[in-house]
Amino acid sequence: MRQLPRILTAVRRTALQSVPTIVGIVILNFFLLRLAPGDAADVLAGEAGAATEETLAALKAKFGFDLPVLQQLGTYLWNLAHFSLGISPRYNQPVAELIAERLPNTLSLMGAALGFALLTGIALGAVMASFAGRVPDKVLSVLSLLFYSIPSFWIGLMLIVLFAVKLGWLPSGGAETIGAGFSGGEMLLDRARYLVLPAFSLALFYVAIYARLTRGEMLEVKAQDHVRTARAKGLSPFAVATRHVLRNALIPVTTMAGIHLAGLLGGAVVVETVYSWPGLGRLAYEAVLGRDFHVLLGILLLSSLLVVAINAAIDILQAALDPRIEVR
Amino acid sequence: MSALLDVRGLSIAFPKATPVRDVSLTVEAGETVALVGESGSGKSLTALALLRLLPERARIASGEVLFGGRDLARLGDRELRDVRGRDIAMVFQEPMTALNPVLSVGDQIAEVVRLHQGLSRGAARARAVELLDLVRIPEPQRRVAEYPHELSGGMRQRVMIAIAVACSPRLLIADEPTTALDVTIQAQVLDLLDALRRDLSMGLLLITHDLGVVAEWADRVAVMYAGRKVEEAPFEVLFATPLHPYTRGLLAASPRLEAGQHCSVGPLNEIRGSIASAAGEKGCAFAPRCPLARAACRIAVPDLVSIAPGRLSACPVTTAAPVSEACHAAPVG
Ligand SMILES: Nc1ncnc2c1ncn2[C@@H]1O[C@H](COP(=O)(O)OP(=O)(O)OP(=O)(O)O)[C@@H](O)[C@H]1O
Ligand code: SF4
Ligand SMILES: [Mg+2]
Repeated sequence: MRQLPRILTAVRRTALQSVPTIVGIVILNFFLLRLAPGDAADVLAGEAGAATEETLAALKAKFGFDLPVLQQLGTYLWNLAHFSLGISPRYNQPVAELIAERLPNTLSLMGAALGFALLTGIALGAVMASFAGRVPDKVLSVLSLLFYSIPSFWIGLMLIVLFAVKLGWLPSGGAETIGAGFSGGEMLLDRARYLVLPAFSLALFYVAIYARLTRGEMLEVKAQDHVRTARAKGLSPFAVATRHVLRNALIPVTTMAGIHLAGLLGGAVVVETVYSWPGLGRLAYEAVLGRDFHVLLGILLLSSLLVVAINAAIDILQAALDPRIEVR
Repeated sequence: MSALLDVRGLSIAFPKATPVRDVSLTVEAGETVALVGESGSGKSLTALALLRLLPERARIASGEVLFGGRDLARLGDRELRDVRGRDIAMVFQEPMTALNPVLSVGDQIAEVVRLHQGLSRGAARARAVELLDLVRIPEPQRRVAEYPHELSGGMRQRVMIAIAVACSPRLLIADEPTTALDVTIQAQVLDLLDALRRDLSMGLLLITHDLGVVAEWADRVAVMYAGRKVEEAPFEVLFATPLHPYTRGLLAASPRLEAGQHCSVGPLNEIRGSIASAAGEKGCAFAPRCPLARAACRIAVPDLVSIAPGRLSACPVTTAAPVSEACHAAPVG
């Protein structure tokens, strides 16, 4: 790891460079969200049923919705500079707190889904490449096409029908057994049981993508001269496939996985809704319905931070996998 | 005593073509045999077939590859893997692409000694440094951690050679090891191969299209044309009295041999035409380009006949009248 010092400077530089980008994203989102009709006060008043003009005006004044837009933006940015994401009118709770509650659930869902998708996708792709053109390859190709084209909400519903309703093996929704009071290993196991189905539903699409990508890349690498050198050394087909072919094929696959992480956050909205998974995706969905702009802005800000962090991580990972790439 | 490597009647087929036909070849321990022929004559396929490294659609259609009393063409996969890299090693033409770009050169050398000699990680690393030193790479301690893209072409070819000789093989197959290199580097690499052959008493099968290379390093020369061996002789004999018109053409076309070569017809020494003309030829594949061709040549493929011990040629015309139609001038001397 001769590149470690360079990696550190690269991280610092990325962090500095991303500040203006993120401020830009916040401002853009702020105006975009204003395009939707109504605000949180309207929704709250509407839900209350019998709100008078006066109570509505009082609500708006309380959250500052009666001020000019630019002034509202100024206040928001001012708060942001002091590391405050504002308060949610709907939950009557600081946005940062709300997000912090949900973030671990979403991260564990995304992590589990991506991890599963990568492991399974790469393994399937490697098998497909080893049997290219023969029966296992063809069967898996059809299967991956299916995974690719079936929408995740439908897969989610079908999995619930099968594993939760018919077989009763796994819970159909939620993130943990409420009131069970588990701790330690039992708690982890309980959470894992709740995680399996949503993570699987979210992952299938990506399994298909990584399998096809890995297959294609491996076949391409296989035709390269250095693979013949490896065979001439007397290595077994397995050692050639893993150490020499797969190792090279992984470089584009990791790039792809990094690009997908942001998309995974979007896909999480659907899956979290189907499985009533208490994550950020559902919070965002509820925030849209409730016109809870502060919460939405907070989530969007967090997503953009996440994307910046992921891109930096991918750059570093790539440099580690491919010595020809220098950390810039 | 039988030869170290004894290839008998090797034919290599693709689904629609048979680019190598009935090639026989021997290499003795400690001997350098050159396999010469222009591009497309089937040299690389022949070399790859010896270790069954042929491209996917190609197969050995017939013939035997005898090595140490076993037929490598029919050996089990596992046994063959024990031969590869340990008893027979190979150096390829393209040093730019023949090394894995994402593994350090040390790892790539260590891999083969760990596999065949069961060395530990640390011992293999130390051995890699030794081997880099053996192939005369300066600062091996530092180079061992570098990646192929950090090395020059000549250095990479030295690394390839280090990998090849790591387990002291009994036979080294070098497929145009210097074609991709600068002229000055070429001689160094060939010198190195020759020194290693002597020190490790390996047999060396040196594949080249450059007869200049043969002159300095080979004991014996086999000439291939369009997938067949057309002539074979000890190198002095071949240079003094080449029999096959194709060999004569090759010698005449080799710029480095001009001074000592008396077979040139004129200043323009190229063999006219291309090897592609051999396609579909019923008789002698060289007939479309051969200045001595006659009607009889196009009827049947001429047999490779033994003229003297170790001396074979597949041209009845020049075999029958070697002196009158061979060199215009006196032999070298
Ligand atoms: N993958 C392949 N598919 C079909 N034909 C092939 C393939 N590889 C080689 N051939 C045929 O085999 C013939 C011999 O090829 P080979 O690579 O052995 O030649 P060579 O003598 O090593 O030439 P060079 O000096 O270019 O390396 C070529 O003319 C080509 O037509
Ligand atoms: S057999 Fe005939 S065509 Fe072939 S090399 Fe001899 S003279 Fe030329
Ligand atoms: Mg070749």
